[in-house]
Amino acid sequence: MIGLDAVYILAGFMFAATAWINFRDRANPKRWKSTLFWGLYAVTFMFGSWLPPFVTGCLAIGMAFTVGIGGLGRHSAPEPDADTRRGSAERFGNRLFIPALMIPVVTFAGTVLFKYLSVGGELLVAPGNATLVSLCIAVLLALGVALPMLHQTLAAPFTESRRLLNAVGAVAALPQLLAALGALFAAAGVGHVVSDLVGRFIPVGNGFAVVAAYGIGMALFTMVMGNAFAAFPVMTAGIGLPLIVHLHHGDAAIMGAVGMLSGYCGTLMTPMAANFNAVPAALLELPDPNGVIKVQVPTGLVLLAVNITLMYFLVFRF
Amino acid sequence: MSPLLTLIGVAIVIVGFALRANPLLVVTVAGLATGLAGGMDPVAVVAEFGRAFTENRYVALVWLILPVIGILERNGLRERAQTLVARVKGATTGRVLIAYLALRQLTAAMGLNSLGGHAQMVRPLIAPMAEAAAETRFGRLADRTRYLIRAHAAAADNIGAFFGEDIFLAMGSVLLIKGVLEHDGIDLTPMQIAVWSIPTALAVFVIHVLRLIHLDRKLRREGGA
Repeated sequence: MIGLDAVYILAGFMFAATAWINFRDRANPKRWKSTLFWGLYAVTFMFGSWLPPFVTGCLAIGMAFTVGIGGLGRHSAPEPDADTRRGSAERFGNRLFIPALMIPVVTFAGTVLFKYLSVGGELLVAPGNATLVSLCIAVLLALGVALPMLHQTLAAPFTESRRLLNAVGAVAALPQLLAALGALFAAAGVGHVVSDLVGRFIPVGNGFAVVAAYGIGMALFTMVMGNAFAAFPVMTAGIGLPLIVHLHHGDAAIMGAVGMLSGYCGTLMTPMAANFNAVPAALLELPDPNGVIKVQVPTGLVLLAVNITLMYFLVFRF
Repeated sequence: MSPLLTLIGVAIVIVGFALRANPLLVVTVAGLATGLAGGMDPVAVVAEFGRAFTENRYVALVWLILPVIGILERNGLRERAQTLVARVKGATTGRVLIAYLALRQLTAAMGLNSLGGHAQMVRPLIAPMAEAAAETRFGRLADRTRYLIRAHAAAADNIGAFFGEDIFLAMGSVLLIKGVLEHDGIDLTPMQIAVWSIPTALAVFVIHVLRLIHLDRKLRREGGA
């Protein structure tokens, strides 16, 4: 079976190359820090499956402190100027889209195909990993097409990933640190404390108050955890099931579906959902790390009100 | 020990983000403090932190796309996307993003989540197209306007994906809802749950389309300034 370890080693190799190129770049004012940060990240990727968790924990904490004091900066070799790029765009035309579109198409095709590919009665790739393994294959195939088509050297993938990783910066590792924070929240029982607190202030006899508390609670707790999947079991066991379903005889399917989507309204509005909010802000080189959140807040708030209204009018009727 | 003490991590996160401290540092300190406040032994706290960090490496695999995107960008991918949009008569920033929102929501509802994404689609294609639509009409854009358009491109991707995927039966969120209800003795099929995501999906599409129409009006009023 092809596991994710091969994919993680490949990604680790990419981070190691970023560390190495940064190390060689004497013009980078934060040369040592960026070498250390990407180097540590590479180690956690390449050897994470075999290192004791305590050691990886120390490495991750080391990464956070490396950037925490003074930041990484965004130094990188610049892109070619706009005229060169326009000339190249004229020359290659729509062929430029081929490698870009290969990535989603091959990823999707691989995800479907791996459901049927088995060796000796065992699936070649475990179903849960099929998309990620396919993504990796898609990237390699796209490079295989792009490099000869655009007359690039084999060093280009590494110099380019270094340019973009430096542009994104340390935020690249933030989603993983947030997942680790979520695990510690869960281990310490933060969820139960929050749902107890919310539960204490609801007038339980009022159907609308119960629905509103569940919807707002889902959104708020998702904003704290950065993830609706972490909030859903806690809020549903603490408020949704006992109050909406059992006490007021509401419909469980409607509560669950609309409750989850109320949590997604929270995802739109929190810096804790880094991979949806802080990461695109960095990728699009916005000066404000909360730029994406600010644009999403109006839609998130209006939709949360719509969700609570929908749930109130539907949940007691079916 | 008071159970309220375990909320110290939440407090650190809120204060840290409000003070604009480095988010990696804030999150790490909040995690360690929560573990310690919850009565865990310090070595166990660091080990749990490392275990979860390792287990969630998959969220960073999206960066594997960067070499391809970088090579295409330096050879003019964004400029080509801009040329194509400039040729479409009637293309505006809002309309480009409405089309992407609809496409993203529909494909996510069919389980084709991998067809979008910030690194794959938004940075190389959608954001440049949305910017080009405004540039064709108003000339050179002020930085503030350019950043606003980019933020809207990212928002369209998120909103389309979030509120489309729950209609798909085999999506993780639908299965999680099913699992939590099952634990309480309520047996439902994924279908019974997923249909109730449709009203919200329609509502968010209407809400966000109105906001994008409003964005077009704002751009026209300010003329790219």
